[in-house]
Amino acid sequence: MSILINKETRMIVQGFTGKIGTFHAQDMINYGSTVVGGITPGKGGQTHLDRPVFNTVRESVEQEGAEASIIFVPPAFAADSIMEAAEAGIKFCVSITDGIPTQDMMKVKQFLRKFPKKDRMVLTGPNCAGTISPEQSMLGIMPGHIYKRGIVGVVGRSGTLGYEAADQMRELGIGISTSVGIGGDPINGSSHRDIFEKFEQDEETKLVLMIGEIGGPQEVEAGVYAAKNMSKPVVAYIAGLTAPKGRRMGHAGAIISSAGESAAEKVEMLQDLGVTIAPTPSAMGETIAKVLAKK
Amino acid sequence: MDIHEYQAKEILAGYGVRVADGGLAYSPEDAVQRAREIGGEVWAVKAQIHSGARGKAGGVKICKSYEEVEAAAESMLGKRLVTHQTGPEGKVCLRLYIEAGTNIAKELYFSLLVDRAHESIIMVGSTEGGMDIEDVAENNPEKIKKIQIDPAVGLLAFQAREMAFSLGLETSQISPAVKLITGCYRAMRDLDANMIEINPLVVTGGSGKLMIMDAKMGFDDNALFRRQKVAELRDKTQEDQREMAAADRGLSYVGLDGDIGCMINGAGLAMATMDMIKLAGGEPANFLDVGGGASAERTEKAFRLVLADEGVKAMLVNIFAGINRCDWIAEGVVQAVKKIDMKIPLIVRLSGTNVEAGRKIIADSGLPIITATTLAEAAEKAVLARNEQVAKEAEGAA
Repeated sequence: MSILINKETRMIVQGFTGKIGTFHAQDMINYGSTVVGGITPGKGGQTHLDRPVFNTVRESVEQEGAEASIIFVPPAFAADSIMEAAEAGIKFCVSITDGIPTQDMMKVKQFLRKFPKKDRMVLTGPNCAGTISPEQSMLGIMPGHIYKRGIVGVVGRSGTLGYEAADQMRELGIGISTSVGIGGDPINGSSHRDIFEKFEQDEETKLVLMIGEIGGPQEVEAGVYAAKNMSKPVVAYIAGLTAPKGRRMGHAGAIISSAGESAAEKVEMLQDLGVTIAPTPSAMGETIAKVLAKK
Repeated sequence: MDIHEYQAKEILAGYGVRVADGGLAYSPEDAVQRAREIGGEVWAVKAQIHSGARGKAGGVKICKSYEEVEAAAESMLGKRLVTHQTGPEGKVCLRLYIEAGTNIAKELYFSLLVDRAHESIIMVGSTEGGMDIEDVAENNPEKIKKIQIDPAVGLLAFQAREMAFSLGLETSQISPAVKLITGCYRAMRDLDANMIEINPLVVTGGSGKLMIMDAKMGFDDNALFRRQKVAELRDKTQEDQREMAAADRGLSYVGLDGDIGCMINGAGLAMATMDMIKLAGGEPANFLDVGGGASAERTEKAFRLVLADEGVKAMLVNIFAGINRCDWIAEGVVQAVKKIDMKIPLIVRLSGTNVEAGRKIIADSGLPIITATTLAEAAEKAVLARNEQVAKEAEGAA
């Protein structure tokens, strides 16, 4: 098992025929993902990468049974594309698009809440690298070959830091059930905690790695959830020890604006909640190995 | 993006919010002229810099004659004002706002912010105006009123009333307060602001009118593409020159106090690499994310940007290639080093797609590049190289 996607998940690409959409759709197909088509309004009826192009997400759901989507449309239109996917009955959506206005994301989150929880689309991102269930399926832009299949669930904000973790784990012979990027924006589709819930229910996942960073309350919320509700051990690394207060470190959400948002404070609170902290970013793999050995 | 107090007041006045009479001045003569136009006997001369807490830094002066206005203007214009928000280098004051003096009976606090936890806009009010709201939150949390605004329906009148009553206002002041709160909210929503802070919001002596005394507005950079008029308010003199140059080149840069320069792909990995430098006993000179498509041209620009900081004693490049390829990055690094004539040690760590080819290009280049395979090794070597460079420079000086 895995979470969110597996070999059978039927995927579409929103922003299919653009340069970036084309490149990553091809990469996903090469990895083995079941890509059943894509959306580019106005190009419906055409064929692209040997797959059908649709004008609307609804058509792809009705005709191809699409269940998951990945979004590459420009920031000005991305929120609309996300809501279109939700309304059409897509179950899982990854927004790769970076730079969506904050107030648009507030609307998206409010829109999603109108669906009862069991029917509600799971959104990850914006501004993320996507999700991969190694050796099965990829709905993202990551280098698939560095991921080995296994028992660790990974959730993180950053793309390249997630690659670093996957690489360290592979070197130690440790594999990943699913790796989920939730993105670096202040308001995102799913929080660390939302993904924790899914890993707790997944049989294949035996340990969860959280790769967090400065800014916002989500890492500590996830720690609180884990302390109360999770049977599986959690390892975390929080990036941004050297980040000064009030300065944005690349990600729109990576800014210390109030108490409890610095890396040092988050580490302290997570430790109190029973989370094992990887003391350095190069010790993520070995910290996981140690916790697994103790089990 | 931040704007000046006078710009924020101009915007809010357009939304029906009451502000004191005022005018902009670029010279002491201008300042006196503005004071004459405004009339009255008391004026506030306020330095327009992108920072709060200007009063303590000598950036706000109350003047009771034209001579005092002129002297106050003289003391601020062209100076760098240092507040606890600007950092030690301070911010240069090139504009002044001259405002009619106000007789203050009461100082309150009001703000609208993006609440990440609730994914909505939140209204914050307090009867304790004029001081740092974080101190109030810590010492007197019961004196802070917070109200969430539903993004689907927006601010509702009853919520604005609830906030107005919580500010301890007289019955006759409730209606104007609701108008002020609603105006601020509409500005926030219409212009994609991510914060509006009115501190203090004052009740005037005698007439008991509500007026905004200081106003700060910040905007969502991601929404500037659809807010042309807001984008035009940008004052580049208030921004870090290197950060701006980086943004123009599509790079994300933040200058810091250390002396080990960094070039990394991805914000998370960049922060992690800086952490690693710190843990190895060094201090990073900057945050620099070169992003996904690091071409040779981009790499060279990034190098120039890092090396423009003369305090940098060693430079660390850490790339985990996903969409990127290590061989492309290596080519870019070799080209940049050949072009730039680097005088400090360079440490390169490559990982990910095509790593072997990338390492070979670096090794075959014949350049004195120090290489590392892991993140920890890269940081340790960077700190070591930095220490040697500092020792060497000290020797040269002696």
